[in-house]
Amino acid sequence: MTTIPVAGAREAAIERPLFEALLRLADDRLVLGHRVSEWCGHGPILEEDIALSNIALDLIGQGSALLRLAGEAEGRGRDEDALAYFRDETGFRNALLVEQPNGDFASTIARQFLFDAYSVLAWDQVQASTHQHLAGIAAKALKEDKYHWRHSSDWMLRLGDGTAESHARAQRALDELWRFTGELFEGDAVDAAARGGGVPLDPPALEARWRSMVVDVLERATLRVPADGPSTRGGRKGRHTEALGHMLSEMQIVARSHPGATW
Amino acid sequence: MVTGAELSREAVLRILEDVKDPEVPVVGVVELGIVRDVAVDGGRVTVTVTPTYSGCPAMREIESDIRETLAAHGIPDVAIRTVYAPAWTTDWIGAGAREKLRRFGIAPPGPAEAGGLITLVRRRTSVACPYCGSHDTALRSEFGSTACKAVHFCNACRQPFDEFKAF
Repeated sequence: MTTIPVAGAREAAIERPLFEALLRLADDRLVLGHRVSEWCGHGPILEEDIALSNIALDLIGQGSALLRLAGEAEGRGRDEDALAYFRDETGFRNALLVEQPNGDFASTIARQFLFDAYSVLAWDQVQASTHQHLAGIAAKALKEDKYHWRHSSDWMLRLGDGTAESHARAQRALDELWRFTGELFEGDAVDAAARGGGVPLDPPALEARWRSMVVDVLERATLRVPADGPSTRGGRKGRHTEALGHMLSEMQIVARSHPGATW
Repeated sequence: MVTGAELSREAVLRILEDVKDPEVPVVGVVELGIVRDVAVDGGRVTVTVTPTYSGCPAMREIESDIRETLAAHGIPDVAIRTVYAPAWTTDWIGAGAREKLRRFGIAPPGPAEAGGLITLVRRRTSVACPYCGSHDTALRSEFGSTACKAVHFCNACRQPFDEFKAF
């Protein structure tokens, strides 16, 4: 009989910075990967259906490898499946951006575009980790995410500089998602402590470069860079938008209904 | 059958040359660089493997193929170790395997991109058609039937084809 740990009492994240930092990296990819996988079989054209499914697979693979590391860092016997399927919403540490529903195709692409630019910069830092296993995951993920970034950038250009309809949808998607981007670049005591523990990620240091990458594409795409307003945040501390709970209920129901099942 | 006395790293690697990639069955997991090393300690064999892409669904299949192949050669005591560093690259695919890919209808990969984060334009613009050799080809999608392939179209022989993409 295996005991399945579920979300326990909230603990001070700073007591286990390595675990928390790995969860942040892992949950961004797991949640976005699951979101993107919802397109499988629904893509607007066959090539795009295949591309989105490939991207989802990369992200879920990255998330799985990172959750395994997080479980090891935690040292309580939780593997990647326990962490993916038996944590509640408040236990997830992904940024709010990646849990936002797919919306239309422009919205999915805009979310991917905003995240991909951040992600390649983040991996570029993390691949210098002294933790050899994490450095290896980062180096591989960086190569994968460069393909994702080129794909999402290419689509931003086509949608923005396409028809009036595609332009309007791309602009609306950007305007709606922009308020979630600030959270990606917030630094806190967890990051600072984790840097000492082998996760050389410094989110605030990425923002200027991210902005120049994003603005460059948006200008070419004839899209307007949204104005910076109040940022919506909370995901890194387990406070999520309503969207995540609904997503998790679907993602986790089979594992929770049949714990320990194999096939 | 391999007896304990002849069990060497080289003998095990030779056996593993028969283990093919389940998604690209003309090339082996040794020549693709997925098998990184073999260690023999008495009767126990440790095979070190590295994943190609993070989410490659073939990795479990490859591990079980390695176990089955070694068991069929009388080597039942096999441990498989997965390493992530250094990260797998298509630059490890040898010349022989590249030619096998081409004959199978998959354009072999160009050199892997090193460094540089912002590559809006694909560096390798034209890929030779594996069927007719023409360079009059166009990229259709950087994401193909498996994680490791891109889809191109040959304007000369009017044939779509896969490229094993540089990674």
